[in-house]
Amino acid sequence: MTKTSPLSKFYLALVFVFLYAPMIVTMVFSFNGTESTYIFDGFSLQWYEKLFRDKATMDALKNTIILAVVSATIATVLGTMAAVGINLMRNKYVKSSVMTVTNIPMMNPEIVTGISMMLLFVFAGVMFNKKDVLGFWTILIAHVTFQLPYVILSVLPKLRQTDNRIFEAAQDLGCHPVKAFFKVVFPAILPGIIAGAIMAFTLSLDDFIISYFTNGPDFQTLPIHIFSMTKKRVKPDMYALSTLIFAAMFVLLILMNMAQSRSDKKQRRKQKEGNE
Amino acid sequence: MKKSSFMQKILNAPYMLWSVLFIVAPLIMVIYYAFTDATGAFTLDNISQIGDYTSTFILSISYGAVATVICLIIAYPFAYFLAQTKASFQRVATMLVMLPMWMSFLIRTYSWITILGESGVINSFLGIFGIEPLKMLNTAGAVILGMVYNFLPYMILPLYTVLSKMDNSLVEAAQDLGCNKFYCLRKIIFPLSVPGIASGVTMVFVPSVSTFYITQKLGGGQITLIGDVIEGQFQTAYNYNLGAALSLVLMVMILICLGVLNYFTDSDDDGGVLI
Repeated sequence: MTKTSPLSKFYLALVFVFLYAPMIVTMVFSFNGTESTYIFDGFSLQWYEKLFRDKATMDALKNTIILAVVSATIATVLGTMAAVGINLMRNKYVKSSVMTVTNIPMMNPEIVTGISMMLLFVFAGVMFNKKDVLGFWTILIAHVTFQLPYVILSVLPKLRQTDNRIFEAAQDLGCHPVKAFFKVVFPAILPGIIAGAIMAFTLSLDDFIISYFTNGPDFQTLPIHIFSMTKKRVKPDMYALSTLIFAAMFVLLILMNMAQSRSDKKQRRKQKEGNE
Repeated sequence: MKKSSFMQKILNAPYMLWSVLFIVAPLIMVIYYAFTDATGAFTLDNISQIGDYTSTFILSISYGAVATVICLIIAYPFAYFLAQTKASFQRVATMLVMLPMWMSFLIRTYSWITILGESGVINSFLGIFGIEPLKMLNTAGAVILGMVYNFLPYMILPLYTVLSKMDNSLVEAAQDLGCNKFYCLRKIIFPLSVPGIASGVTMVFVPSVSTFYITQKLGGGQITLIGDVIEGQFQTAYNYNLGAALSLVLMVMILICLGVLNYFTDSDDDGGVLI
């Protein structure tokens, strides 16, 4: 470890100021006494109050959470199964082509992913003669689709680290393959599954572009609602919302950090015991 | 062996089906719409119209490239310095870099209006010293700033991952052999960090080129990039066919750019450096 010079510390601080300047501004103006987002005039909590009374925002928040929970659950189950399956693949060419397809939603610009799915849904709507196809189901499918690669790519490395011989040994000792999987492989890859699930969940919460093209008028998520709000002149209630999201994410991050350091400690202790 | 291949098929079937239906089929739809007209008949009209948007494509790529280079210039020293701090600080700092990525990028972009606007934070501050308000909003600079601000974490994280995992003994060995600091950076640290640069560049360039919200808010409609044109075709003009053709070209162009990047960096890891 080399010592960090004061100059480099200053640089780090400067970049953090840049990253957090908008957050600080929104936080300050969320407590504004007037409607302005330019001039701060007196402290008040009126915008928070207004926000909680606003039914459209609360509905959008509810929709966002429902969508994030359902889509992340589906993506985690489907993605974990796929990762286990891909890991078992023997044919190199099949494996690499599956991985290429998996990478598509990550490499493609989000706008292209969004419109390509929209076109599919519109096309299907015309084919089955159904009007207004866009709604909860289409946005759900879109979210699961863009989350899948993240789940697969966070489970796969864990699978590679797992020694397959343990799984085989369990089966040799008379364990049913399914039971052997849940007893032996599953606990080993669980951290990867959890990381994938958290990533899927947070990606869903924050997604705007793909949702924008695949949502319908009767299922609006929070980012979509925010988008329509920023089309007009924004009032500080939007900034209050932003501050609350910030606080929620901050708490989530601290909890994750704590869980991570606890599991690290556990692992270290285990290693120590193993050495002795 | 037989059993596991049967199991593997069962495990893979749902995902295979899903990816064919919702990854491959949508891309085929883009191609289908690009080569048909509103009635569904084959046409090359959409593709031939793309020529009108050549300057928009070039402008988008230039904006994306400038934003990417600025991100790299800001992020590289940041990641490098961060990798040398105490482990506990590194952990908190990476969390702080990630945190903005989870917040509504719409609000974060919008709040720059409060900072840059004519009566915004910066101009009010300058006003104290009697300086005339600067026009910062609705300029090319504001759009670039929006891109850099939004996508900077995507550049920092892969760079940091690479630099923090770098074997420090290589640097020490070079120094022992009489390598000076600058030469060491150029010959040892920089080449080792190329995979991180490649995935950072990808993660900044792709969303920058295809953005539409940043240009609408911080460019005030003065600057039209390809994302704006595509969004307009789908959300206001309802010309899905032209929109599909434009998306197809955008996709191919980005693939070519990434191909060139991969050719030069030659990173053979799968999927780049994940966060």
